[in-house]
Amino acid sequence: MTDTTSSAEAPAILGARAYPAALEWIARRAEAFVIPLAALVVGMVLFSLFILAVGKSPVLLYETMWRGGFGSWFSVQNSLSRAAPLLLAALCVALPARLGLVVIGGEGAIVLGGVGAAAIGVALSGAPSFIVILAMGVAGMAAGGIWIGAVGALRHYRAVNETISSLLMAYIAIALMNQLVEGPLRDPASLNKPSTQPLADIYRIGNIPGMDVHWGLVAGVVACIVSWVLIEKTRWGFAARIAGGNVRAAQVQGLAVGPLIVGFTALAGGFAGLAGMLEVAAVQGSANASLAAGYGYTGILVAFLARHNPLAIIPVAILLGGIDASGGLIQRRMDLPDATVLVLQGMLFIVILFSETLYGRFKAFNPDLWQRAS
Amino acid sequence: MDATEIGLWGVPLAILGGAIRVSTPFIFVSLGEAITERSGRINLGLEGTLVFGAMTAYAVAVMTNSPWLGLLAAAFAGLCFGLFHGWICKFPKVNDIAIGIALMLFGSGLAFFFGKPFIKPKAPNLPAIPFGGWSDIPQVQAALDVNVLFLIGAALSVVLWWAFRNTRAGLIVRVVGDSSDAARAMGLNPDTVRLLATGVGGALAGIGGAYLSLYYPGSWTERISSGQGLMAVALVIFARWNPLGCFAAALLFGGAGALGPALQSVGVTQGYYLFYAAPYILTLIIMIATSSPTRSLAGAPGELSITK
Repeated sequence: MTDTTSSAEAPAILGARAYPAALEWIARRAEAFVIPLAALVVGMVLFSLFILAVGKSPVLLYETMWRGGFGSWFSVQNSLSRAAPLLLAALCVALPARLGLVVIGGEGAIVLGGVGAAAIGVALSGAPSFIVILAMGVAGMAAGGIWIGAVGALRHYRAVNETISSLLMAYIAIALMNQLVEGPLRDPASLNKPSTQPLADIYRIGNIPGMDVHWGLVAGVVACIVSWVLIEKTRWGFAARIAGGNVRAAQVQGLAVGPLIVGFTALAGGFAGLAGMLEVAAVQGSANASLAAGYGYTGILVAFLARHNPLAIIPVAILLGGIDASGGLIQRRMDLPDATVLVLQGMLFIVILFSETLYGRFKAFNPDLWQRAS
Repeated sequence: MDATEIGLWGVPLAILGGAIRVSTPFIFVSLGEAITERSGRINLGLEGTLVFGAMTAYAVAVMTNSPWLGLLAAAFAGLCFGLFHGWICKFPKVNDIAIGIALMLFGSGLAFFFGKPFIKPKAPNLPAIPFGGWSDIPQVQAALDVNVLFLIGAALSVVLWWAFRNTRAGLIVRVVGDSSDAARAMGLNPDTVRLLATGVGGALAGIGGAYLSLYYPGSWTERISSGQGLMAVALVIFARWNPLGCFAAALLFGGAGALGPALQSVGVTQGYYLFYAAPYILTLIIMIATSSPTRSLAGAPGELSITK
């Protein structure tokens, strides 16, 4: 197969294949896996150096981390339980990110979703349990959806920077929760830790059969799959990706960018609100300050590690849930502060963001640039 | 009963005193961020720098018994964080806002990691000048105890305001911030200028952190910052990248932050948490009021990603 028109300047000629199609197919897709994984490894190596510098053994640390996160059935279940809210919190970052928005205030939606769900759960006590649980889910999603949807609306209609406004809204949400659980929603019996009235047992969400992991994990995985279908396979997702690439182009195309942004941010906030509802209905049993446990912030990291791909969020959330779960064991066994996990997360975050610069730089991932076999 | 002797006058007085006390970290962080943003980059990581600066200052002050060495160490730590941000953002496709978020988490994580042993010991405080000595009323004296850093911050904002207009360095920062291409045509390297501008911004944020741990509230805890670093970023936008505006806005925010404690001191406990949220609400309202979808912000550096 000789091609007389080819020259050094135009190595890629349509139809002229020098390598098996399968190899090219793999190479094109490998970039999205190889670069994040390499960044993950580099981040872990850097963290090893940090651990060496403070005079501890990185080998022991990673061994402990493995044992605490995934080493036994017990720890796997613990990691999966922590992954459940992370899945939803990460969606709160990933969905707006596909539209080009950096929303980092998921914590606020989680907190308000939890309070909203608890308030409804207490108000409806006496009703059949499936109605109450459904209403709590709707209330949680509505509270979170309104909160983050407002961030999206402010962004589009008032050009208010969504990164800063979402974080401010998170602080306001936490203050609002404190006010509510100290005031109108307070259970007089909760003395040391102001909480809403505890939910009756029949309104609590139980565990997945055969596991010590609540149904929130399933909800999170389903939410990720739904989000992936929404973004990749529907016209709304297609429109959102266009708007995320170039707002002007989307407007010229006649896409309703405003409703798109508000809708996506509201859905994102709804997922985070659902995470709060699950914390209340499956873990805490009432709304209190424990709702602001930082899942919203770890969710930012999960979303960026997954490069805002809802399906990639699932493994990343489980990985970070495991790292989170091992924090206590690291603290006890290695005499390191609990913030060790935060340092690792910060390092991974920076390395992953840095790795963005590597995309498109390697010839190996771009068959168009391969030298054609003579 | 001298606590209630001045009655409700205590509220504005406490807000004034609070404005002076609470605003100082805002002044430093927002001036630092103003320099960074004028050069065309945004560093959201100043929140992490602030926390790390607070920890460094406290730790060094405990170990050397000198608050000034602590302050210096915090500024140096902030410089390192800023330079790191500036360096990593020069690579193509690396998003300055996302790196800022990462540095926010990383800075806080590192501060908590190294700060664990320093939660207990007591560090010497930065000195304050009692401008209220003429009065016999303790509230007046308390309100007018002004820390030297506040005065330095006030002076710095005037100097920066002047320097942006009248010095070569100020002009260089502004050119780079308004147009990378124009800067390159002048023979300037935008990456170098932004590296330095972000470094200086980080150093100032570190000083803001030192104030937190060495004067007010005056101890190192993991909850020492409640988003001051982030509010300062919003405040710079509100102040239209003008150092004098930053100073005025910082005072306003400080006053809003002092509202809750001031009302509590005269016995108003209803809605305490909502008053506590006053600075955040104020920031949000100001951002909504000053942003517009149809026109770009007056005075905004052209290269700033946040206003594009």
